[in-house]
Amino acid sequence: MTYLTKLSAAALSDLLISREVSAVEATRAHLEHITAVDTDLHAFLHVAGDAALATAAQIDARRAAGEELNPLAGVPIAIKDVLATQDMPTTAGSKILEGWIPPYDATVVARLRAAGLVPLGKTNMDEFAMGSSTEHSAYGITRNPWDRDRIPGGSGGGSAAAVASFQAPLALGSDTGGSIRQPAAVTGSVGVKPTYGGVSRYGAIALASSLDQVGPVSRTVYDAALLHDVIGGHDPLDSTSLTERWPSMAAAAAAGLQDDALRGVRVGVIKELSGDGFQAGVTQRFNETLALLVAAGAEITEVSAPNFEYAVAAYYLILPAEASSNLARFDSVRFGIRVNPESGSLTSEHVMSATREAGFGAEVKRRIILGTYALSAGYYDAYYGSAQKVRTLIQRDFAAAFSQVDVLVSPSAPTTAFKFGEKLADPMAMYINDVTTIPANLAGVPGMSIPIGLAPEDGLPVGLQIMAPAKADARLYTVGAAIEQLLEASWGHTMLSQAPALTPTEMFASEEGAV
Amino acid sequence: MSEITAEQVKHLAYLARIDLSPLEITNLTHDLGQIVDSIAKVSEVATADTPATSHPMPLTNVFREDVVVPSLTVEQALSGAPDRAGDKFRVPAILDED
Repeated sequence: MTYLTKLSAAALSDLLISREVSAVEATRAHLEHITAVDTDLHAFLHVAGDAALATAAQIDARRAAGEELNPLAGVPIAIKDVLATQDMPTTAGSKILEGWIPPYDATVVARLRAAGLVPLGKTNMDEFAMGSSTEHSAYGITRNPWDRDRIPGGSGGGSAAAVASFQAPLALGSDTGGSIRQPAAVTGSVGVKPTYGGVSRYGAIALASSLDQVGPVSRTVYDAALLHDVIGGHDPLDSTSLTERWPSMAAAAAAGLQDDALRGVRVGVIKELSGDGFQAGVTQRFNETLALLVAAGAEITEVSAPNFEYAVAAYYLILPAEASSNLARFDSVRFGIRVNPESGSLTSEHVMSATREAGFGAEVKRRIILGTYALSAGYYDAYYGSAQKVRTLIQRDFAAAFSQVDVLVSPSAPTTAFKFGEKLADPMAMYINDVTTIPANLAGVPGMSIPIGLAPEDGLPVGLQIMAPAKADARLYTVGAAIEQLLEASWGHTMLSQAPALTPTEMFASEEGAV
Repeated sequence: MSEITAEQVKHLAYLARIDLSPLEITNLTHDLGQIVDSIAKVSEVATADTPATSHPMPLTNVFREDVVVPSLTVEQALSGAPDRAGDKFRVPAILDED
């Protein structure tokens, strides 16, 4: 039944609907694959095997009874550990929440349960989503399925690695400065950050509330669209949730698969997101993709976004400022661990300080202290106030660009996956890695990353980022699906079919009797 | 160059309610100085006539009807607490005795 793990969510859905395959069979195939490969990759922090099989059995019974179900009913899914799940531990990759089982589900989790998807477990991430490599998880690293010595991106490295290594066809992620798109780029998978407010954040453990967005992770654009349709739309429990009526993203992706979908589409190439600092193979694959777009009838224009140069600086003021406030809730009273100080009196204040010392990792402390500094009297105007003005300038750059073009494109990340430890000692080197993805969060516009080939110098995946105006998420799916189809036709295969087989551990596991 | 001192980091850690070891204070003083130098460039373009943006999608006054809706039970609300006393969260002393 290994072939079931290779299928897209859409293809698996067809087999489930025609009842050629049961949800239990599909779920079991994925659980067996997790057992075989995840000891090594460590994409999952928690696997809920029994619960997944029970859920799948219920879906099979309902389908057998003739009930009309969502097309994704019975399809397995992995959930980033930043999302509250009332039947699974939710830690956000932090020791401070070790073992916490929330008393409620995040809205997106409730929606995927209602649609009959089968949660397999929770995926690894940088602690509280602070990082671009998943090396800042308190529970150990996740390996990139393309090269076990390299990072799977971050903060959602677990979700991206799970999907790229066929442990799940779908996953949920969250994207504050690129945490869905950058892991997608470095693992050869697809990730979408929806318009700010397009998907509910109720039950998503907050990092920076004016930037955070929940979105789909998958292997195909169409699969991401199917999942977006399940999780998107207004939620009264999230007061930043938009009240729009959204078009079907799946229909938008299907439209992209029609002939001539790219003819006349105006594509803007952002001048500031290229050149120096971009790996040669990344630039090469990006330029080849532009040539394919021209051949398919798209109109390419270079556009300038002069204030993007200030985006990383503004982001690393706004994010720590908001995070320092959001993470004040970890006070050792309502949830999470409590640690008493080794000396001194046992007051709430001392216990809180000792708990946060023991419970937070180095990167979380660094950002809380930085945010506290940016918000403190005497510095507020120079730092936080200025960063908010830069945000206005970046929104104006987007507005000017979108007055000329339909979508904007750039490489999703300046480089392919880097090696473990390469950027750990230098926080700014890690931060600058998000230069391509941060502007979309600052402006609230939607962004998508799709694979566009392997860099010739290292054989690792390269991603294309596509951005659209706020609320025009559907356009991303049309254009993204069209480009994906063009590229696959030119290659003669999908991107992830080229990933190295994870056989060594599979053989090892079968010796242990795990498969 | 920004001048972040160890004293300043100690004070920020107090404000943020995080105990830090002497080694952590040394490291953070160094990191913070470097980061602040890199991000101070925001003031280059933030002119007085540029309005600030706090939120990507301007929404104001999001209200709901003032009616009782389902919420967590006491047991659910207390389920993750490190300590409880009956139906309440138990906390250490609020005031220092000395």
